[in-house]
Amino acid sequence: MRSIKNHLSLVIALLSILFSIQIFFIVDRAIDAYKDNLTNNYSVIAVSQNKLDNNVLLSINKNILSIEELSPDSVIKRLNSDMQKKNIELLKLSLPKFYKINLNSYPSPEQVNQLTSDLLKNSSITKVENFSQNHKTTYKLLLLFKNVVMIFALVVIVVTLLLIFKELKIWQYKHNERMNIMGLFGAALWLRSAVLFRLAVVDALIASFLALGIFLYFSSSPWVLEQLNTIGINIVIFDPINDFAIILGIALAISIFLASMIVIGHKEEV
Amino acid sequence: MDKVIIVKDLSLSYSNSETIINTVNFSVDSGSFVFITGASGSGKSTLLKSFFGALKPKQGSLVVGGVELNNVSRSKLNFLRRHIGVVFQDYKLVQEWNIEKNIMLPLLINGYIKSVAQNQVDKLLKHVRLNHQAGKYPQELSGGEQQRVAMARALSHNPILILADEPTGNLDDYSSELIWKLLEGANEQLKTTVIVVTHHIPETLSVNYKHYHIEYGSINEVN
Repeated sequence: MRSIKNHLSLVIALLSILFSIQIFFIVDRAIDAYKDNLTNNYSVIAVSQNKLDNNVLLSINKNILSIEELSPDSVIKRLNSDMQKKNIELLKLSLPKFYKINLNSYPSPEQVNQLTSDLLKNSSITKVENFSQNHKTTYKLLLLFKNVVMIFALVVIVVTLLLIFKELKIWQYKHNERMNIMGLFGAALWLRSAVLFRLAVVDALIASFLALGIFLYFSSSPWVLEQLNTIGINIVIFDPINDFAIILGIALAISIFLASMIVIGHKEEV
Repeated sequence: MDKVIIVKDLSLSYSNSETIINTVNFSVDSGSFVFITGASGSGKSTLLKSFFGALKPKQGSLVVGGVELNNVSRSKLNFLRRHIGVVFQDYKLVQEWNIEKNIMLPLLINGYIKSVAQNQVDKLLKHVRLNHQAGKYPQELSGGEQQRVAMARALSHNPILILADEPTGNLDDYSSELIWKLLEGANEQLKTTVIVVTHHIPETLSVNYKHYHIEYGSINEVN
């Protein structure tokens, strides 16, 4: 019971830090997934008098991923009821060429303007439709979401620091006494600190494995999966290898940092 | 007779404060039992602190167990402390360790293997009449019992010198009697040098002892 009490204070602090960090990762992944969705659904339409070479179009702007020529059939279909086949063929020849331009990432409004201006520099292109009004609204929403996540990350960092410093004070009080007593009997610094570092590593391992258990449960929870499906986002909530390596590394770094600070700040008192 | 402590023109003070011990000279023979008395604030605990290197001499020379403490290195001081047992009025036990582990501490610091250390701890627990409480933690024991644990810890590594600062200051008569018997036993049977700082010397002691009194920063032998 006493042994559990010794570990509990740091394990809880570490666990809350790891929990916050992993939540930040999940939100960040959700934003990236949302951005990918937007990129897939957004494209610019260019209208040209002549047929354009794909390679020429690709070299116009580095944000262009691919180009698809749009078939004029859907436009003609609406008109062809009373037209003769010969006239339809003539109309087809006189119609301008429509190109759907897909981008490699979701662009900023400045990038959209730059792309439009680059496309219009080509003498064959007469018009570019960039759906700028819709794009601006979506982009602002994304920006807001990103900023909220950034603020969340900052809050996590501040709370983490506060937790660390609070924990540091408790540890300093708790371990200084033991280190002093060990010093009275001639324990070398490494031996006086060994107990502290062992405790730090054990607590980091306990907190990391608890976090692993909690997030594995969450990542397989039907309720969580259903919520993500509802908003159309498919992300990895917890990668048991990479994410666990990250949280274990963070937990070890924090607890070893705490232990080092105590050893550095230790003053012998009798 | 060998000297465990040699004090020459020793002055002690805490940083930037007035001198507490002023140019004192005396020595302690190996295997002797010494009392240092004095009024509160006279500097007797300060003098004891200097014997285990917790306070460096301001002036003069202080040699303990053959180690000159004026400019002693940390490793040499640790080496010296491994041969000293200390007992304090407030016990100074590690609260998160059970009494068995507390007593084992000097043995582990001195590099004893666990089985030998355990054997020694079992013997000492019987010696201080706490063998039935081995797994308990300090705060689960009375003051007298805690001081017996501190005594067992001080004796565990067979030190050449035991330094005790008001060891019975917080104890009732029964517990005090036990502590004095333990200190006497260590001195008589193991020939351990014992230096005790106290207000009162017990009347029931059977050992021969030397008595020094500190007053106004000076130390004098009392006959």
